Amino acid sequence: MRTLYKFHGGVHPPEHKEESNRLPIAPAPLPKRLTVPLRQHIGNPAIPVVKVGDQVLKGQMIGAADGFISAAVHAPASGTVSAIEPHAVPHPSGLPDLCITIEADGEERWIERAPLDYRNADPDAVRLRLRDAGVVGLGGAVFPSHVKLNPGAPAGIKTLVLNGAECEPWITSDDRLMRERAAEVVEGIKIMAHLMRPEEVLIGIEDNKPEAAAAMQAACRGTGYEVVVVPTLYPSGGEKQLIKLLTGKEVPAGRRPVNIGVTCSNTGTAYTVHRAVNHGEPVISRIVTVTGNVLEPRNFETLIGTPIAEIVQLAGGARPGTTHYIMGGPMMGFGLDNLNAPLTKAVNCVISASPALFPPAPPPMPCIRCGRCAQACPCELQPQELFWFSHSRNFDKARAYNLFDCIECGACSYVCPSHIPLVSYYRFAKSEIATRDMEKKLAEQARERFELKQQRLEREKQEKAARFAEKAAAAAAAKAAAAASGVEDPEAAAKKAAIQAAVERAKAKKAEAAAKAEGAETPAEKIPQGDSDPLRAKARAESYAASTENNTDS
Amino acid sequence: MSAPHVLTPDRSVSTIMLMVLGALVPAICAYYYFFGPAILISLALASVTAIAAEAAMLRLRKYPLKFFLFDGSALLTAWLLALSIPPMAPWWLIVAGTAFAIIVAKHLYGGLGNNLFNPAMVGFAVLMISFPAFMTQWPAPLMLSQHPVGFTEALQYYFSGTLSGVKLDAVTMATPLDTLKTQLQLQHAVSDVQQMPIFGAFGGKGSEIIAAMYLLGGLFLWQKRIITWHIPVSFLATLILIAAVFYGIDGSRYASPLFHLFTGGAMLGAFFIATDYVTSPTTPRGKLIFGAGVGLLEYLIRVFGGYPDGIAFSVLIMNAAVPLIDAYTQPRVFGHNTKAE
Repeated sequence: MRTLYKFHGGVHPPEHKEESNRLPIAPAPLPKRLTVPLRQHIGNPAIPVVKVGDQVLKGQMIGAADGFISAAVHAPASGTVSAIEPHAVPHPSGLPDLCITIEADGEERWIERAPLDYRNADPDAVRLRLRDAGVVGLGGAVFPSHVKLNPGAPAGIKTLVLNGAECEPWITSDDRLMRERAAEVVEGIKIMAHLMRPEEVLIGIEDNKPEAAAAMQAACRGTGYEVVVVPTLYPSGGEKQLIKLLTGKEVPAGRRPVNIGVTCSNTGTAYTVHRAVNHGEPVISRIVTVTGNVLEPRNFETLIGTPIAEIVQLAGGARPGTTHYIMGGPMMGFGLDNLNAPLTKAVNCVISASPALFPPAPPPMPCIRCGRCAQACPCELQPQELFWFSHSRNFDKARAYNLFDCIECGACSYVCPSHIPLVSYYRFAKSEIATRDMEKKLAEQARERFELKQQRLEREKQEKAARFAEKAAAAAAAKAAAAASGVEDPEAAAKKAAIQAAVERAKAKKAEAAAKAEGAETPAEKIPQGDSDPLRAKARAESYAASTENNTDS
Repeated sequence: MSAPHVLTPDRSVSTIMLMVLGALVPAICAYYYFFGPAILISLALASVTAIAAEAAMLRLRKYPLKFFLFDGSALLTAWLLALSIPPMAPWWLIVAGTAFAIIVAKHLYGGLGNNLFNPAMVGFAVLMISFPAFMTQWPAPLMLSQHPVGFTEALQYYFSGTLSGVKLDAVTMATPLDTLKTQLQLQHAVSDVQQMPIFGAFGGKGSEIIAAMYLLGGLFLWQKRIITWHIPVSFLATLILIAAVFYGIDGSRYASPLFHLFTGGAMLGAFFIATDYVTSPTTPRGKLIFGAGVGLLEYLIRVFGGYPDGIAFSVLIMNAAVPLIDAYTQPRVFGHNTKAE
């Protein structure tokens, strides 16, 4: 028996797994219309590679990965591309995002699916396959798997952790997947292990899923992979918490598990790795739990792009009393406003919520500093202090008290006797700090630009004065010469001198240009020339990247 | 709609306050049994005053009455104050103390959750400084009293200031801590002093049982995870430690640690007053420092200071240090200062 380590805090919300984990996964029927968002992963959104009117095959790439941290998206069914335009998506912001809409023809004509013999293939080719098959983390973070499955660290990877904890209440998609398709999950783990070459493979499953653990144990026989049953305690499925539970190691703040020789992936992701590599099938469907206030809670294997409204219908539709829908689990999920939004790779659960199942929070009371939040926080933060600083907009203090180590698991809000929506305050503070940092950066740039402009104006003023003095001197000299000789016209002489001076100036300029070409910088040349200035363009690109990253995180 | 969408069902501010009030009930019963019904009048007066003052302040501050009035926090302040001051006193004493606690110490500092100082102890300190004579008139335990005061008689005293037939002196007595201090000044040894009838097995007669009931209530709060062990343990351990040191130096001049545990406000202070969420540190190390500070000051004040007991002042002094203690005792955050870094 492996020794388990403990992470601090944690809570025991009512599990509600029974509702949806009794029935096997059911295949969902093909919807008429599928809407596939191009942004279904962390990183750059995919670039559309089809046009409106194109015929596509099932599994055909319709959006290509854009850059390293990105992934492809695919047609979930054969049919016709009818639109490429912004559409409602399941995102906490509620903002629409670019999607490709496909009218399914019902013929289900597949692309040619070619297995890849990963054992004899170049690991980079396997990773390329994952990227182009749109394989991303299905635990919710949707981080591209080809980026994660790269043992870049010089020390190598010691432990590959498979996350089958599924600690959020209500969700049972990983549970059913492990029960029913354990062998295929393990095939996926083999590919991951082949890419990462870890010393050990640990599969963490909470003890409220004995059937899944047993199935995985049976499937792992002879592989050396170890199924580790962990106590049910939210958020044991948090990446850093599970790693601590299984290995005793703490991922340093602001770093990734790979920095301590660990990689952590969801078991559902392992399944899609297997389908992509051994069957040539891209990620066009996923298992989604439909539960809560519906007639028949159950898991469905549903095509990406299926409208959430149709997914709710699969479970017999919402019972009366449903007031809203939650995407994901009740601890970290978000409310969905628009049921036309499609299923994405990130959505593992749709909960139909009624006041009976999810009573609305009573109005918040003041914080009484009881410290229950600090006792519950798995990151060992002091949530009451973070709340105090966020609430009073004392953002520097909030940051100093490690606000950015908060994983927004919601354990603090869950236990708060004053019913304060703590996580909302932390999100607010985080976004305010991000905005402020951004503004600071822009202000810094503006200040620099202003100073350079001042320098340029000063220099021009001096040049002008010098030119004027030169001209005056030349005129005076000509006058003096004319007076001396008494022959020549003084005005013509002045002109001549001015021309002479201009020629000299042009010469000097030419020399300066030549010096510039050689790379010798003079202060005057630091003046940015509009957007052509490479420094400024870079800064602009960086700040844009920061803003987009921020969007996907929130 | 923001996550989390579920909240813990078993605990709100008012259920916490009610549980703390409930934990005081055994001690109140013992109080009633040993010292007569006056304490009930005291508690009732304090409760009514607290609710009225709370309502008035909430209205002035334009807070929703219905929502805040019955959170139980004002009632708790009232009870803690009533249990801290002598229960045979004119009605206005407890009323003034409670009103000051709620109006000044609580609401003028920002109301629930924002007050720096423990309101009940501020109320106590104000009464102690303003009306020291009333604050030292403690009723004698019933079994030692020649004239046990009944309910109507106590009520009469509260509102008229006189007792029928007897003088107040006949029903009051110096407290064990007070008696010990006076007798020690008269060069009596502790062991001789403790032979006097007012002393019980290890504390004061009757009052030691009340202290034991506070301990019981405190253990209940700890078991229900309303309070953590840190403050009571460091408080009482410090008190025991320093009392043991002095007891060891000169047992005839300094009382035993057990005596100090079970007299005065030690148990009430350790489990119910020093553990007040709002005015105590939130970090585990901070709680230990805070508890130790209160324990130390408590001993110094009650043994060497001018007041018979030191709970109120030691708690108030340590309250002032809470923001500093919290700032310097922040625990390590997950993933910080790891070996791998």
